[in-house]
Amino acid sequence: MPLNWVLVLTTFLFCVGVYGVLARRNAVIVLMSIEIMLNAVNLNLIAFNGALEGDRLIGQVFALFVIAIAAAELGVGLAIVLLIYRNSFTVSLDEVNLLKW
Amino acid sequence: MDVNFEALLPELLLTLVACGVMTIDLFLPKEKRGLAFPLAFIGVLATLAAVLNLYGQNLTTLDGMFVVDRFAVIFKIIFCVAALLVFAVSQAYLNDDKDVPHGEYYTMMLFSLLGMLTIASSRDLIAIFVALEMISLPAFILAGIRKYDIRSNEAALKFFLFGVLSTALMLFGMSLFYGLTGATNLADISAGLAGRTDIDEVALLAILFLIVGFGFKVSAFPFQWWVPDTYEGAPIPVAAFLSVASKTAGFVGLFQVMFLGLGELADMWRPMFAVIGIVTMTFGNLVAIQQKQIVRLLAYSSIAQAGYMLVPLGVASATDGALNTQIIFSVVAYLLVYAFMETGAFAAATAFGRKTGKYLIEDYAGLFGRSPALAVAMAAFLFSLAGIPPFAGWWAKFVIFKTLIEGDGLVLAVIMALNTVIAMFFYLAVVKKMFVDKSEDTAAIAMPRSLAGAIGIAAIVITVGGFLPNLFGQLAENANFF
Repeated sequence: MPLNWVLVLTTFLFCVGVYGVLARRNAVIVLMSIEIMLNAVNLNLIAFNGALEGDRLIGQVFALFVIAIAAAELGVGLAIVLLIYRNSFTVSLDEVNLLKW
Repeated sequence: MDVNFEALLPELLLTLVACGVMTIDLFLPKEKRGLAFPLAFIGVLATLAAVLNLYGQNLTTLDGMFVVDRFAVIFKIIFCVAALLVFAVSQAYLNDDKDVPHGEYYTMMLFSLLGMLTIASSRDLIAIFVALEMISLPAFILAGIRKYDIRSNEAALKFFLFGVLSTALMLFGMSLFYGLTGATNLADISAGLAGRTDIDEVALLAILFLIVGFGFKVSAFPFQWWVPDTYEGAPIPVAAFLSVASKTAGFVGLFQVMFLGLGELADMWRPMFAVIGIVTMTFGNLVAIQQKQIVRLLAYSSIAQAGYMLVPLGVASATDGALNTQIIFSVVAYLLVYAFMETGAFAAATAFGRKTGKYLIEDYAGLFGRSPALAVAMAAFLFSLAGIPPFAGWWAKFVIFKTLIEGDGLVLAVIMALNTVIAMFFYLAVVKKMFVDKSEDTAAIAMPRSLAGAIGIAAIVITVGGFLPNLFGQLAENANFF
């Protein structure tokens, strides 16, 4: 499979993620969108690793690190969303607006 | 692959300390929870000793991923000293605030500090990414550590969302550089980029993505929206930690990636930093003028300070090593001074806020009559941030001006000078409130010894540093890769 096809796919996935983060107001869906972005990065890394035809697996190792840290990130993120839900009974980002200017 | 444990000693020690504080805290009875502070403090002191022991050495380990050189060691010293000051401030804060669990608080700070020590030595995109996340993840938790306070929750959420979004963008940029050069080691990337002319568009895009990631950490425009909200909602010592240590870590990563990895592409990223630096400082200063709350004022002023430190990158050169050395020198010098004056200002705000429960600037009226020492120290920090002699801040600004002029960035220097004048306005407004205006409340502001010590040390350092700037200068001069 040509590298270009994969790159088009990953760029598309990445843009879907960015759109989700910017347009959705539900905190949980925003977290999911960020996961989509990170997975686009992983695909990118693995595709490049395959195309570079070296015997070193730097790209795949990088992807493993990204997966591990994404899991940790999501754990912290869900904990924060849960706290907000407990204290103010909402997960909508528009209603979390006490602090401004 | 053999591992040089000597080079990793400070990080290993700090890992042990962080895990130790976490474990010991589990088994302590409730009334002895305060023990976490001395343990963490001594642990960081020991780490600092291990770091100082490595000064002047050149060690490389983990396949070139981890390097100990003067650049790394000087930044590790800054991080440890900043952490010690923040710990001293935290102790006073935590003793008043019964909602914050001591053990978790210090453990998270120690893990974040571990990430900072690691990033100073990282010379590989993977290591830099992991270190940046190690700094950010505990910081998200710290921002929201007052669980039952809805404002603290909100501070954490905003910080988290901006943080992970910028991380994802930065990773995309890193993956593009991996694709372009087939390497993640900064030296290999630099070699892979040398002489390539067919990659302009992709490289431009990838640089933009990378700048987003670091721009978030150093709070550069337009990635600074989280800063005032997070500083206001988080405990003040955490805000001090974020604005000093975390920001410095962002600059460390930026230097390594830009100068060691992408030095070849300096013509491409130079104008970006010039623009970002100018917009950041102007935005920070203009919005700071309208602030009524001291922590928000300091937050916007810290955004403006980030702008001053980004501008020198706007005169960097792909070929002139001497100029790049001068740029790194000037920013490191600024960061050294900044660590003390910014922590000091936040510490003074903590001292005032914990006693009076007030955070508005107008509440500072007549502070000189109430607590002369605190008012004088706060004035010294604000003068230093504004760049007024005799405090060290003037020298730091002077070094940056000198670099800009040597690098033919006269326009940048003029805009920065204008900004410095705007900034005087709001710093001096607070000083006027404290010294000229009168208040009805005349009670003195009492503070515990640790907090007074932190404020005193910071004030002494910036005063002495203002008269003898070479103390900072010599340290900063050693911190370069060229």
